[in-house]
Amino acid sequence: MKCQRCTRQATHHITEILGDDSIEQIHLCPSCADSYLKLPIAAKTGTGEPKVVEENQGAAEEGPLVAKQCPSCGLRFVDYRNTSRLGCPQDYIEFRDELVPLLESIHGERCHVGKVPSRLEENQRLQAELAKLRKDLAKAISTEKYEDAARLRDAIRKIEMA
Amino acid sequence: MNLDFLAAGSGGWLSGAGPDSDIVVSTRIRLARNLATFPFSSRASSHQKAEIEQILRDRLGQIELKTPLEYLPLAGLGPLDRQFLVERQLISRELAGGEGARGVAFAPDESVSVMVNEEDHLRMQVMRSGLALESAWECMDDLDNRLERRIAYAFHEEFGYLTACPTNVGTGMRASIMLHLPALEYTRQSEQVFRALQKIHLEVRGLYGEGSRASGHFYQISNQVTLGKNEESILKDIQGVIPAVIRYEKDAREAWSRSDKVALNERIRRALETLRTATMMTSEEAMELLSLVRLGVTMGLVDELTLPVLNQLFIHTQPAHLQKLAGRALDSEQRNAARARYLQARLEGKGPEATGIDSDSTA
Repeated sequence: MKCQRCTRQATHHITEILGDDSIEQIHLCPSCADSYLKLPIAAKTGTGEPKVVEENQGAAEEGPLVAKQCPSCGLRFVDYRNTSRLGCPQDYIEFRDELVPLLESIHGERCHVGKVPSRLEENQRLQAELAKLRKDLAKAISTEKYEDAARLRDAIRKIEMA
Repeated sequence: MNLDFLAAGSGGWLSGAGPDSDIVVSTRIRLARNLATFPFSSRASSHQKAEIEQILRDRLGQIELKTPLEYLPLAGLGPLDRQFLVERQLISRELAGGEGARGVAFAPDESVSVMVNEEDHLRMQVMRSGLALESAWECMDDLDNRLERRIAYAFHEEFGYLTACPTNVGTGMRASIMLHLPALEYTRQSEQVFRALQKIHLEVRGLYGEGSRASGHFYQISNQVTLGKNEESILKDIQGVIPAVIRYEKDAREAWSRSDKVALNERIRRALETLRTATMMTSEEAMELLSLVRLGVTMGLVDELTLPVLNQLFIHTQPAHLQKLAGRALDSEQRNAARARYLQARLEGKGPEATGIDSDSTA
């Protein structure tokens, strides 16, 4: 099957659920699918309602957007597409490549020019430190290093409550 | 906290004072902020949400303001009280319908309210009567600065203040002006004006915000863009178009009055008469009729009522307010009867407390 937007082979078969009884089948090549999936759902269906997107992929490899996950909060970009909500501040860094085109389409701009917190450096240091600790914690748990995990959890809590 | 004491009054932003208050009802500025060290509300565990609430409640209690904020946890509040706060515009429908640890801190004069654990950890708003963007921003900026000394906000040098939804990222600011535009609507020019506003990236919504109908011909005009423009220029853009919208509404009123003064007068007098004599009235009908009477008052065609009283009636005839004023739960039919009784009494000049709204509707 050919991609609906170019001449390449379609490998992504997307089912958009539009309402109770109506669905739309879209067949795209990897690169057209990639840009399609980055669009906010509202822009595609014309409503602001979050909708569940099913991705029935062929024999091709898993789409990068589905696999990519924020190590800090566990959000996958597809979760954002379904709910229109990001999971944590770190997502803006993890999903930067996906978010920049989105921000440009929403705001027509991609850089903040307004107010800046007076304790900017401290805030950013805390944010970065937490992101690292949460990443380490996930790793410690997956490798069953529970003593390390307990220590990391205490360190995270200390920063959170500061 | 018992909310009943609020029911008989109304927020200072409804006082009908301030520049252009015949058409501009109120000004609101909202800022979205998040703690740098927690997941956003929708992804936070119930334990984390409780911690976020505790931290923010603490810090909100520490800041020094002319009128200190009082914190009200929503978890222990019944549906009627939550709906009451929505009608009052102190909280959003999202916060009212949410789950887990969340709440609102607000000033007794209702000029400031701060929601905790809404879509973002903090949603702060400042309300003013009439067109008052500058003074509202001054107050909002000051509150934000005071809180920021005690809280590490989620911020990124490139993207600004980080929010759960990328539509708010950057300044996190939404400034909105609520206008009463009955003549534009009756003369079918409103669509045209709103389309022009949307072209310059301003959003037009109904009385209760996103997705709500423009009941009573009230509209909110707000900025759509929060990234790539600073706060002052966003406010300037809105400030710049409001005089034109006011002008269109005034022109439509004058044209209507010139071409069909008798019919206009008749329509307004009949609205007033229906409000005085009906024994049952739905919320939609009350909004429609009160809107016509408000038009009459501001055009000098009705002199037995004042703007502050009318502004208050729009809020007091909402379902949760009626039940608060009656002091008991009322079903929809009882509310329609209570609404009619309440309107009758207020139009006879009685105060909100002395309206006899709670007499049994079946008697």
